[in-house]
Amino acid sequence: MSASLDLLINALVSGLLLGGFYAAVSIGIAIAFGMLDIVNIAHPAFILLGSYVAFIGNSVFGIDPILATLIALPAFYALGMLAYQVYYVAFERRDDQSLRGLSFFFGLLFITEVTLVLTFGVDYRLVKASYIGPSLNLGLFDLPLRLLVPFLVSMAMVVGLQLFLSHTFVGRAIQAVAQDQQALRLMAANPIKIKRIAFGLSIGTAALAGAFLIIIQPVEPSIGREYIGRVFAICVLGGLGSFPGMVIAAITLGVAESLTATFLGPSWAPAVAFGILLVTLAVRPSGILGR
Amino acid sequence: MRGLTFSLVLIAVAVAIFALGRWYSNSYAFFAAYIVVQYIVLGTAWNILGGYTGYVNFGVTAFFAIGAYSTVVLYKLVPAMPLPVMIVIGGVLAGIVGLGTGYLTLRLRGVFFSIATLALAVVVQTLITNWDFVGGARGAYVLRPRAAPLIGGEYIQYLFLVMLGLCVIVLATARAIERSGLGYGFAAIRDDEAAAEASGVPTLKLKLIATVLSGGFMGMAGAPLPYYVTYLDPSSGFSLNYAVNAIAMPLIGGTSSWLGPAVGAVLVGGLQEWLKVVQLREWLGIGVPSEANVLVAGLLMVAFVILAPQGIVGLFQRKK
Repeated sequence: MSASLDLLINALVSGLLLGGFYAAVSIGIAIAFGMLDIVNIAHPAFILLGSYVAFIGNSVFGIDPILATLIALPAFYALGMLAYQVYYVAFERRDDQSLRGLSFFFGLLFITEVTLVLTFGVDYRLVKASYIGPSLNLGLFDLPLRLLVPFLVSMAMVVGLQLFLSHTFVGRAIQAVAQDQQALRLMAANPIKIKRIAFGLSIGTAALAGAFLIIIQPVEPSIGREYIGRVFAICVLGGLGSFPGMVIAAITLGVAESLTATFLGPSWAPAVAFGILLVTLAVRPSGILGR
Repeated sequence: MRGLTFSLVLIAVAVAIFALGRWYSNSYAFFAAYIVVQYIVLGTAWNILGGYTGYVNFGVTAFFAIGAYSTVVLYKLVPAMPLPVMIVIGGVLAGIVGLGTGYLTLRLRGVFFSIATLALAVVVQTLITNWDFVGGARGAYVLRPRAAPLIGGEYIQYLFLVMLGLCVIVLATARAIERSGLGYGFAAIRDDEAAAEASGVPTLKLKLIATVLSGGFMGMAGAPLPYYVTYLDPSSGFSLNYAVNAIAMPLIGGTSSWLGPAVGAVLVGGLQEWLKVVQLREWLGIGVPSEANVLVAGLLMVAFVILAPQGIVGLFQRKK
């Protein structure tokens, strides 16, 4: 009895920490899909790109994986701006987002995955850092540092972005774009420029999330696909575009997956996100904190 | 009556292709041609939903693998069952899954359906990986009979003939849909769903019909796969290549008519089969791993959706 209670508490704690990481994975989609209405299904591919940047930084230059992606952040921001520009010129301006725009991102996802396979092979890659391995024992439960560090940095990122969106001019303009693009144009601000900045930010978060991913588990190129269901389940459950809702949804999914992995076996965990996604879409498409 | 004429022409073409294959009598040619014809079926099936109604299904692998794994199950339960029966059963199962997913998500904006199908592929793979009866993660072996029933010769010839027959059925269905009230309903949904709904088009019902047909045909395309590969494991049955090819081929060929996916499948599928054979290593002077030939479909797809949204068929129509 006490053994299974122990198991339960540990599963809950690691689920909570995992949820923090899922928030970092999903926040880019919360911006792109929730605010800009860009269904970037290639987001997990950008996350994997972040993982491999962390891997190179760590294995070649010996720097911390999170620091490596922080250094690469401007490059990811530029990549995001470029991707949005292509998307805008080729699809949004032609009002052809649904069929061809989606296929464009699907193509990007596939191309990135195959390119990573061609470059790095299908072997699992991992990074070394002092906080990978040990855990804090707090008597009742363990806090694995490899989950705790991404959790803390991720929460800092979410809070930072929330403050940026609500307190700076550009941040408020991004929120305005989400509400009414035409009105923004009437205020003499260029919505396309604002959206480009926001999409750059969205891809920037993917770099950091990639570092967290490779800290938490070894990474190989096709792993990104598992995250598509997860990120969209989290964003839909959280109510599109709401950060607090997203964090709650991320932690809910983290706990649900952790409990499933503990009591049914880890191979069942990927199905949890889909179940949550389907139930949410069928019962409450506006999400838990949706209007 | 024109539909009947069209079907007869298709059958004649199929018979001619098969006769040519028998005359050429090279088993490699049958293996390569099987893949191309399989992609015509997959691409056309995807296009019935994606091209005609504008709803993007990313879960091609889910439907395809349901067909493939239903054959594995039937093979284990009733080894003597004829292949066409297995194909029908696989198609029905995939159609039912399409109906369920569609019913839950098609009432919302199109992107939610797309996202749900992406996630569906992961879930069906999880279920299959955990299902020991069909081999789980280890995979399952299916013994291919040595000789073909009815027509004699190698079994691959029979597989090719079956897939060719399926191809005729799918192409005739797609063309019939285009020219029927159903097709006009689909086009109305694609162009402006709200307006269609307001004019009395039963949009949900039509979308469900398209999803079931599309998913069912994908399942049928997958059903002979275990006999083709003889060893099926989740990572090959759920390979992303199927999804990318099934989506890329209609987009490259053109989504507005039945001809587009067929043209795309023949060109891209043929190109991939050709790249498999030629020694790229000697040709380019650098080492090129086997993944490179699937990259072609992804790159072409992105290039076409950006530069030629109407596909190859659209390019020719504009010139007229």
